Amino acid sequence: MAFLFESFEGWKEYCIKHQRTLEQVVLEYEQQQKGRTPEETLSGLQKAWDVMKDAVHTGLEEDMTSRSGMINNGAKKVYRYPKPVLSKEFQQLISRALAAKEVNSCMGRVVAAPTAGASGIMPGVLYTLQEIHHLGDKKIIDAMLVAAGIALIMEQKASISGAVGGCQAETGTAAAMGAGAIVFCLDGNIDQVFNAVAITVQCMLGLVCDPVAGLVEVPCVVRNASAAAIANSSAQIALADVSSVIPVDEVIEAMGEIGASMETRYKETALGGLAATKTGKAIAKKVLIHDIEILPNEENTSA
Amino acid sequence: MAEKSSVFDMIGPVMIGPSSSHTAGVVRIARVAFKLLGGKPDVADITFYNSFASTYEGHGSDRAIIAGLLDFKTDDKRIKDSLTLARQEGVQYHFKSVGNASTLHPNTIRLNLQKGDKKVEVLGESRGGGIINIAEVDGFKADFSANLHTLIITAEDKKGSIAFIADVLAHDDCNIATMSVSRKGKNDVACQVIEMDSGLKPVTLEYLRSLSWIKAVIYIPDIDR
Repeated sequence: MAFLFESFEGWKEYCIKHQRTLEQVVLEYEQQQKGRTPEETLSGLQKAWDVMKDAVHTGLEEDMTSRSGMINNGAKKVYRYPKPVLSKEFQQLISRALAAKEVNSCMGRVVAAPTAGASGIMPGVLYTLQEIHHLGDKKIIDAMLVAAGIALIMEQKASISGAVGGCQAETGTAAAMGAGAIVFCLDGNIDQVFNAVAITVQCMLGLVCDPVAGLVEVPCVVRNASAAAIANSSAQIALADVSSVIPVDEVIEAMGEIGASMETRYKETALGGLAATKTGKAIAKKVLIHDIEILPNEENTSA
Repeated sequence: MAEKSSVFDMIGPVMIGPSSSHTAGVVRIARVAFKLLGGKPDVADITFYNSFASTYEGHGSDRAIIAGLLDFKTDDKRIKDSLTLARQEGVQYHFKSVGNASTLHPNTIRLNLQKGDKKVEVLGESRGGGIINIAEVDGFKADFSANLHTLIITAEDKKGSIAFIADVLAHDDCNIATMSVSRKGKNDVACQVIEMDSGLKPVTLEYLRSLSWIKAVIYIPDIDR
């Protein structure tokens, strides 16, 4: 019986008991639960990785203007700006996360990781990691397996959907996947990988999903960049063996608890937060369709 | 217990943005309708309900639905340009928004399609993460996800027809996952929607089609292939 990804503690225990690495356990799970051979899983992830890299390039090279006009080639501006705030690498990380997410907002091809709204984070993080540390695709694919395992547990213990758990569930999970992948690739041990997840989620807790006009644009695009940055800061902390103090499983449970008690207007409904600001409402008025036939209440029985 | 998620639910699907429920799910609903119609429509009347009614344009669901009617898959880069491509191919389309349809799922689409003399009506729901439910086909309750292999049989409402068809499928080594049956009236026309874990051989479909009491057989293998 394969491990079922119900807790991080269980994942670690299973690795120790059966002498497996983190990514091997994910491969076994996919084979037993979904009937995919390790070869099929690895080639599927290679394809996903190719699409992620392609999204980064597309966002930095092609015109990225969304139908609403709110997204307008921001990634390219950041990429080309002559003054890096920290370093060239940091500037690249931010612009790549923006780029892949802009592709998503502009109806281009992306990988939902774990969701479409968070589809810039893993590409930004992994692309930059591979480049700086000269990693081969094999290592990146193994890291994606670990990231998938992280998300599987977060889906069960909390949520990966903005409509269920707010933005923390989407960009928070993606950032945790990214942080775990970084530490894994830089030869961190299991505790350090999980610590990176815990620290990342601690930084993302409580983030609400309040998209302007209900579109996956503002603030989603910039939050993909900030989540990529947090994944890197958390990985830096975790690699140095600094503890999250609260164990990872408990941190994820806290995320679930916060998500469950979050008000509906902060869960992708575009009724609260930024969506409910004066400007947010004005944009909604402009981009949404108003020519709607509203059914009278009494005739609703047989729609 | 809910079905366990896959690695490719966490890193995947590969899709066209911006949203799995507004683009991927919508493309899949329209691809089912394409299969039911047996080709691209000459005329397509599309109604977006409830949450979809105000947001379909901003999310690109209009392009997604037309892309599906042209049989594009969920990761096809041409989805963005589908409206232009449809006009070039002579597909006439009209969009309509209806709100406050309280008996329908928040993200519901109705498709009324015509190709030559053939007409099909499909009611589809996009349930999040690209998952869909085809709620109705031509007024018959359907309720299938198109994730598995789906068989839709319209036949005379007569004794033993369900057992007969189930037996034929069993002989093709096919396990039935879900099944729903509805009818217009007693001894009238009945519709059986059967979801199966594996595909059917062409000879099985030919046999079913050859039976005099069976009016129509529509077979939809896994919609993403």
